[in-house]
Parts: sequence; structure tokens; C-alpha cells
Amino acid sequence: MSVLVIAEHNNVTLNPVTGSVIAAAAQLDSDIHVLVAGSDCGAAAASASQYLGVSRVLVADNVAYAHQLPEAVAPLVSGIAANYAAILAAAGTTGKNLMPRVAALLDVGQLSDIVGIESADTFIRPIYAGNALATVKSSDPVKVLTVRTSAFDPAATGNTAEQAILDTVIAQDKSVFVSENLSTSNRPELASANIVISGGRGLGSAENFQLLEKIADKLGAAIGASRAAVDAGFVGNDLQVGQTGKIVAPDLYIAVGISGAIQHLAGMKDSKVIVAINNDADAPIFQVADYGLVADLFQVLPELESLL
Amino acid sequence: MKILVPVKRVVDANVKVRVAADQSSVDLSNVKMAMNPFCEIAVEEAVRLKEQGVATEIVAVTVGDEKSQEQLRTAMALGADRSIWVEQAGAVESLTVAKLLKAVVERESPDLVILGKQSIDGDNNQVGQMLAALCDMPQGTFAFRLSIENGKALVSREVDGGEQVVSLSLPAVVTTDLRLNEPRYAKLPDIMKAKKKPLDKVTPVDLGVTVNNSLSVLAVHEPPGRKAGIIVGSTSELVDKLRNEARVIS
Ligand SMILES: Cc1cc2nc3c(=O)[nH]c(=O)nc-3n(C[C@H](O)[C@H](O)[C@H](O)COP(=O)(O)OP(=O)(O)OC[C@H]3O[C@@H](n4cnc5c(N)ncnc54)[C@H](O)[C@@H]3O)c2cc1C
Ligand SMILES: Nc1ncnc2c1ncn2[C@@H]1O[C@H](COP(=O)(O)O)[C@@H](O)[C@H]1O
Repeated sequence: MSVLVIAEHNNVTLNPVTGSVIAAAAQLDSDIHVLVAGSDCGAAAASASQYLGVSRVLVADNVAYAHQLPEAVAPLVSGIAANYAAILAAAGTTGKNLMPRVAALLDVGQLSDIVGIESADTFIRPIYAGNALATVKSSDPVKVLTVRTSAFDPAATGNTAEQAILDTVIAQDKSVFVSENLSTSNRPELASANIVISGGRGLGSAENFQLLEKIADKLGAAIGASRAAVDAGFVGNDLQVGQTGKIVAPDLYIAVGISGAIQHLAGMKDSKVIVAINNDADAPIFQVADYGLVADLFQVLPELESLL
Repeated sequence: MKILVPVKRVVDANVKVRVAADQSSVDLSNVKMAMNPFCEIAVEEAVRLKEQGVATEIVAVTVGDEKSQEQLRTAMALGADRSIWVEQAGAVESLTVAKLLKAVVERESPDLVILGKQSIDGDNNQVGQMLAALCDMPQGTFAFRLSIENGKALVSREVDGGEQVVSLSLPAVVTTDLRLNEPRYAKLPDIMKAKKKPLDKVTPVDLGVTVNNSLSVLAVHEPPGRKAGIIVGSTSELVDKLRNEARVIS
């Protein structure tokens, strides 16, 4: 039986995390359909059809799905669920908002943030802020899954899968989109960057984050932050890394002025190489660091910038 | 208006849990338990709405064993007027929790249900969305700002790219993010008063819900450890290691 991937997109561009979800789906079945629900979303649908392994892209293009509100998209998905053995989405805020609603409409459970697939019904997922990995078997007729995309390398492209129009329109007015304020940055996406440099409370102010920006520019890195830095207003919440923020696993993660609370480690400890810069030798961040530098960040950051 | 606040008893956020020796679960013997931090934020938000004169009654509810009554007492010490204990020992799956909460919603007819976005034990992030689906209510998840205006809930949400605002007709489900508010601490007189507030017990049978499980945990493992790192002596040594040893920068 086929599996269905819910594309993450903004109508124009397809979020690359979708490629990782397709890679996870490919471990379940070789026949993969992708749903692109949006408004004027032809460009996103075209990108989705490029992934190898995708046999069909279902396009639900209607103003009803303009902001992809779960009140509209969940019934759309549950309406076609009978055709599929599994339904997968990226475990970002969009997928987390949508998939439990889909599961409840189908009267099945949902598995969040899977990092491994043992078989068609058995999955691995972190619990307790990543301090344990649970192997969970589902007896549900359809598996509803969100995928931790940092755990799956994206599928390759080079395909042109057929597109099929899905003309079901779910009209609802219980939830209405009012506005959005999305941060625009020329830097790579935090969730998929090869290098991430993150600042914590130790940075002391929003201005001091410029010290990180200069280095990020040289390294082509994304900028991240601890919850404390977000709470203190140094940076926006979209930069938060951790158990309740974004999960990243770049080739290089540089933690600056971050103590290494379990909730922060949950979001970055699967990075390939971890660097910690902190003036407290006892900070727990050093326990996960491959390279630790016990020093004042205000001295290190300018040095680092000039050496790169 | 009436607000229902589902709260969950979980391991304290400061505890680093360990996997049990037989790898069947995590070892929770003798660890400190507390109200899930996101539920504390949910209670606080309800209390603030009551203080603003927007809400008139706050009902806390939990699905859990005998001991979960402690978290209901905490919720009442923080300002909930009364509470409902749905007695059910052991791990309960999100869908079942949502079904039990739906039955409570049918009994109580709240205008707003405020939940945490995620419990920090299972890290599921599901119950609010599931409850909204079962009750056919709109949902405002990951809220960092909430106001009631013209009979609608205006919810500012934390999303991956930044922020989004939605307007929901009531009744609605809202789930809290950390930035929504900073919960108060319960004062001693309030803790004493909470002991006298009503706490009603119901069972899944009373609510007409069958508890069944579709997800079984086969094993729980320790995540792979990281190999020990080194402390470098200077910034230049760090850059040298990253370039020539780890080869992660050019
Ligand atoms: C339910 C819940 C969920 C949470 N989710 C998250 C999450 O997703 N992500 C997250 O990050 N946190 C999360 N937290 C918060 C977490 O527990 C910590 O409070 C937070 O990560 C601390 O951030 P920090 O390391 O920047 O600050 P601190 O712990 O204050 O550490 C600052 C560090 O900076 C160092 N420092 C100070 N000055 C200098 C200097 N001049 N040079 C070098 N080093 C310096 C200090 O030695 C210290 O180690 C959560 C908490 C709860 C309860
Ligand atoms: N057993 C429970 N009893 C009451 N509320 C719960 C229970 N489990 C989860 N919740 C609510 O649902 C929220 C999200 O939890 P979860 O979906 O388990 O991550 C929690 O913050 C609670 O508000």
C-alpha cells in the first residue's frame, strides 16, 4: 500500500525538510504520494514532483488552504487516508499542528518526531528530552507520523512525478488567519544548515549577537540561540534550539555562552562536531563538546572572526 | 466564560532521567514529580484571564493515578476554582486522554480549553490538537499571546519561521508555549485554601470511554553517547583543530 507525505511549503517554495520526510517514507514503501495543499501552490507542487521515489503529487489548490490551517487541511488528509498505510509530515510546527488532528479524525494514535524506522509498524522516537529512545510498535491501520528531519538525509531529485488534482474543498470559518510575521534572513535555514553558531545568556545583549553574525557570515552558518537568550529578547523565538524549539544536527555546532541545560542539549547533541565556548569550566555543555574552549567569549569571538 | 485546563503530572524538568536496567522503560523510582511546565503556563493564563474579568470559572482536570491529585491541588492553589480527577493508572495514550477530555468538555461546556503544548516526559505534543479535532473546535497551538476580543480568541502562535496570528471562534482549544507568561508561585495561604476546593473523581467508565492502546513500547534505550572531547588552549588551536582534524571548516 502507498504512503502519503504532507509537503511543507509556502505555496512558492518547497521546504527542503520535505525531502527528508520522503526519504523516511521510502523506508516504508516504494510508492510515495505527496500532498501539496495550498493556494496558487503550483510551484511548490512542481518542486515536490522532482524527488525520486515520488510516484504522484496530489495538488489541492484552493483559497481554502491558503494558510494551510489544520481545521481545513486535517479533514482533507483524513478524507484520503484510506488509500495509505502511513501518513508522514516533518516534525516542525506545521506538522505538529496538523498531524495529531489528522490522527484523531482517523481514530488512531500518532507518533511524534520519529528518528528511526525498524519496520512498517515499529518506530524509534526520543522521549524525555532525548534522554531515552523508545522503540514503539503501532497496531493502528494507518500510521500517522511526524519525522525528525535531521535524522534522515533528503531523497535525491531528478524526477518528474505525475500531478493529480485533488478538488475537495473543506470550507470552515472557525479559524481565520489574521497575520504573520516571518523573519527574513539571507542565512541558511537553521534546521538544515551545515554549520550553526548559537548564543546563550552569556552574550548579554541583542547587540552582542552581532559578534556571532560576523562569524556566521564567514562560515555560511545559521544562527541559533538558547531559550534564555530568546526570553531575554536578544533574538526571536524562531532561533531557539532545544527540546521545545528546533532540533538541529549540523556538521558543526558552536555553542557560545550556553551552559548546556538538558533542554538545550536535546536540540543539538546529535550534531557531528560540537564546539563549546564558555568561561565556566564546569558548564555541562563541555560534557558533549568535541572541542571546548574555557575562555571569555568577548575575547574569543573577535579572535575567531579574524582567524577564519 | 468558563475555562477548562488539563494538567499532567510529569517528572520534574530538572531531573535527568535514566533508562531502567531492563530497558523496558525509564527509571522513575524516587524521582521528583511536578506539574508539566507547559501546564503551569496554561493555569497561569487562565488565572490572568479571570483576574482581567474575562473568565469567571477555571476548572482543572487531570487523567492520572492517585498521586496526580497533587497537581490538581497545585492548580487550585494557583487559582483554579475546582478540579476533576479522571482516575486512570499507568501510561495513557494521547488519543485516549483526548477522548476522556472530550467527555469532560461535554459535561462542562467550557468556552476555552487551555492545555500545554507538550508534556516533557513523552514529548508528544498531541493532546490539544486531538481534543480540538474530536470536539470539532478550532485550535491555536504554541500560543505566546492570547486575548479574547469580540467573542473570539486571538492567538499569536510561535511557528518555525516566526509568528502567526489566528482568530478562533469559541469554544476553542489553545496550547501554550513558554513565552506566553511566567507562572506565579503558589503562596502558603492559597495552598491551604486549595485543600478545601472541590476535587471530583470520575472514572473512564463514568465518562463512557473505553481505554484501549494501539501503541506498545517494545524497548527503551539509552541514546548513543558522544566520545569524550578535548579542551583546547586557545582560539587559534580551536581553528586549527576544526580545519585540520575535524575538517568541518575550510
Ligand atoms: C519546559 C522547559 C523547556 C525548555 N526548552 C528549552 C529549549 O528548547 N531550548 C533551550 O535552550 N532551553 C530550554 N529551556 C531552558 C533551559 O532549562 C535553560 O534555562 C536554558 O537553556 C539556559 O540558557 P543559557 O545556557 O543561555 O543560559 P545560562 O544557563 O544562564 O548559561 C549562560 C552561560 O553563559 C556562560 N557565560 C556567561 N558569560 C560568559 C562570557 N563572558 N564568556 C563565556 N561564557 C559566558 C556562563 O558560564 C553560563 O554557562 C527549557 C526549560 C523548560 C523548563
Ligand atoms: N494525562 C493527562 N491529563 C490531563 N492533561 C493531559 C494529560 N496528558 C496530556 N495532557 C495535556 O495535553 C498537553 C500536551 O501533552 P502531550 O500531547 O502529551 O505532549 C499537556 O500539557 C496537558 O495540558
